[in-house]
Amino acid sequence: MSGAPLIAQGGFVRDRAGESSCVADNGFCLDWISKNLDRYQTPFLEHVYLVVVSVAIGFVIAVALGLLAHRRRWLIGPLTGVTGALYTVPSIAMFFLLQPLLGRGNAPAIVGLAIYTQVIIFRNVITGLAGVPKEMVDAAAGMGMTPNQRLFKVEVPLALPEILAGLRIASATTVGLAAFAALAGAGGLGQQLIVSSLIVFKSNVVVAGGLVTLLAAALDLVVLGIQRLLTPWRRAVLA
Amino acid sequence: MILASLLTDFGDGVRFIFEARESRAGTVEVGGLGEIGHLAANHLQVSFLAVAVAIAVALPLALWLGHKGRGEFLAVSLSNVGRAVPSLAIIAFFVAFLGTGFTNICFALILLAIPPILTNTYVAVRQVDRDIVDAARGQGLSEAQIVRRIELPLALPTIFGGIRLSSVNVLATAIIAPLAGYETLGTPILSLNVYGFAGAIGAAIVVALLTLMADAGFAGVQRLTTPKGLKVAKGDRRGVRLWPRSPRSVQIP
Repeated sequence: MSGAPLIAQGGFVRDRAGESSCVADNGFCLDWISKNLDRYQTPFLEHVYLVVVSVAIGFVIAVALGLLAHRRRWLIGPLTGVTGALYTVPSIAMFFLLQPLLGRGNAPAIVGLAIYTQVIIFRNVITGLAGVPKEMVDAAAGMGMTPNQRLFKVEVPLALPEILAGLRIASATTVGLAAFAALAGAGGLGQQLIVSSLIVFKSNVVVAGGLVTLLAAALDLVVLGIQRLLTPWRRAVLA
Repeated sequence: MILASLLTDFGDGVRFIFEARESRAGTVEVGGLGEIGHLAANHLQVSFLAVAVAIAVALPLALWLGHKGRGEFLAVSLSNVGRAVPSLAIIAFFVAFLGTGFTNICFALILLAIPPILTNTYVAVRQVDRDIVDAARGQGLSEAQIVRRIELPLALPTIFGGIRLSSVNVLATAIIAPLAGYETLGTPILSLNVYGFAGAIGAAIVVALLTLMADAGFAGVQRLTTPKGLKVAKGDRRGVRLWPRSPRSVQIP
C-alpha cells in the first residue's frame, strides 16, 4: 500500500511531511531522522522510567515472595501457578483490565509490567536457592549460624547468579512489553509505533523500533555488569 | 464506591461481548456475539496458522541439529535475540517495510513463534541421556529411528513447552494485527474511539480467556506426553537426571 497519504495524517509527521520528497515517498530518510531525533527523547525517557520503576518494584516483591516460599515450601506451587497464569494474560489485555481499578496512565502500566516480572524472578530465586549445596547450609548451621544468617550470608549469595539471571531476562522482557504501555496511556517508545499512520512510516519505525531493541540490549548489559560486580568469585570460574 | 464503578466497567465490558450496541459516533453497530465471534475466529486463525508453520519449520530443523549436536550457538543465540527484540518492533518493521495484510502479519507472527520452539526442541534433544542413545544405536536402530523412537518421545514434553510459549506469545501479539490491516480481537482495543472503553474491556477479557485456555491446554498435553519413566525419574530426586531441570526454567549462559 502507498504509505504517503497515511503519513500525512499522522501525528508529528504531518507538519514535516512537505519537507523532503524522501518523507513523502516513505523512504528511509536519514536527514529526517537526524532532524527529528529530539522528538524521541521524551518517549525514550518515559520508556526507561517505566522499565526501571516496574522492574525495581517487581524485583523486590518477587525476591520477597521467593524467600518466603523458600521457608514455607507449600507456597511454591500456588505462587508458581498464580504468577504463571498472570504472565500468560497478554500484556495489552492486562493494561486494559487494570484500568477500571487504576485509571489510565503510568499506574496500570507499572503495575502490569511489575506483575510480568514476577514469574521470571520468582522462579529463578527458587531454583537458585534450591541449587545451593546442602553441605554448605549444614556447615553454616554447624558453625552456629541462625536460620536467618544462613539464608542471607550463605544461601542468597550463592543463589545470586541465578537470581540476577532472572533479573536480566525480566528487564529485557519488560522493555519489550513496555512498548505496549502506550495503550494504557503511559507513553513510551511504543507511542510512536501503535498509531497506524506512524507504523507505516519507515524512518520512524527504524528509530523507534531500533531504540526499543537497543534499550533491551543495553539493560541486559547493565544487569550483566551488576552480576559480575556482585559475584566476583564467579569470574574466576568463568575465565 | 470503587467496587461499584469496577462492577460497572467490567459489567459493561461483558455486556459488550454479548449485546451489539451503537458505536461511539452512533453510525454503526458494534460488539455483540456476532462481531466478537468473528474477530475471535480471525484471531485464532492467524495465530493457529503462524504456530503451525513455525512448528513445521523449527521442529525438523531443531531435531536434526540436536541429534547431530550441531548449531548450539544458533539455537541459543536465536532464543536470546528472540527475547531481546520486542514483538511490537518486529510487527512494526514488517508493516513499514513489507506492507500490511494477512500474509505479512502471519509472517511476522511465524518469526516470533520460531525461537521458543527451536530452542526448546534443541535443548530437549540434547538433554536426552547419551547412554540411552548409545544403547539404541547398539541395538541396531538407524539414526532416523533413534530420532523418531528415542529422542522425540523423550523430548516431547519440553517441545510442547516451547509450542505453548509460542502460542501464548502469538495470541498476545495478534492483538496488534489490526495495525497491519488484519482485524482481530485487537480491533476494539486499538480503536477506542469507535468501540469505546467497554469494547476494549470486553475484547481484553475474551483474549485473556483464549490465551489462558490455550496455555492450560498445552500444559495438559505436556503432562500427557511425559513418558511414565520420566515421571518416575523426576520424582526420585537422587536418581540420574534424565531430564532438564524444568521445561520452562530460564537461564542465560
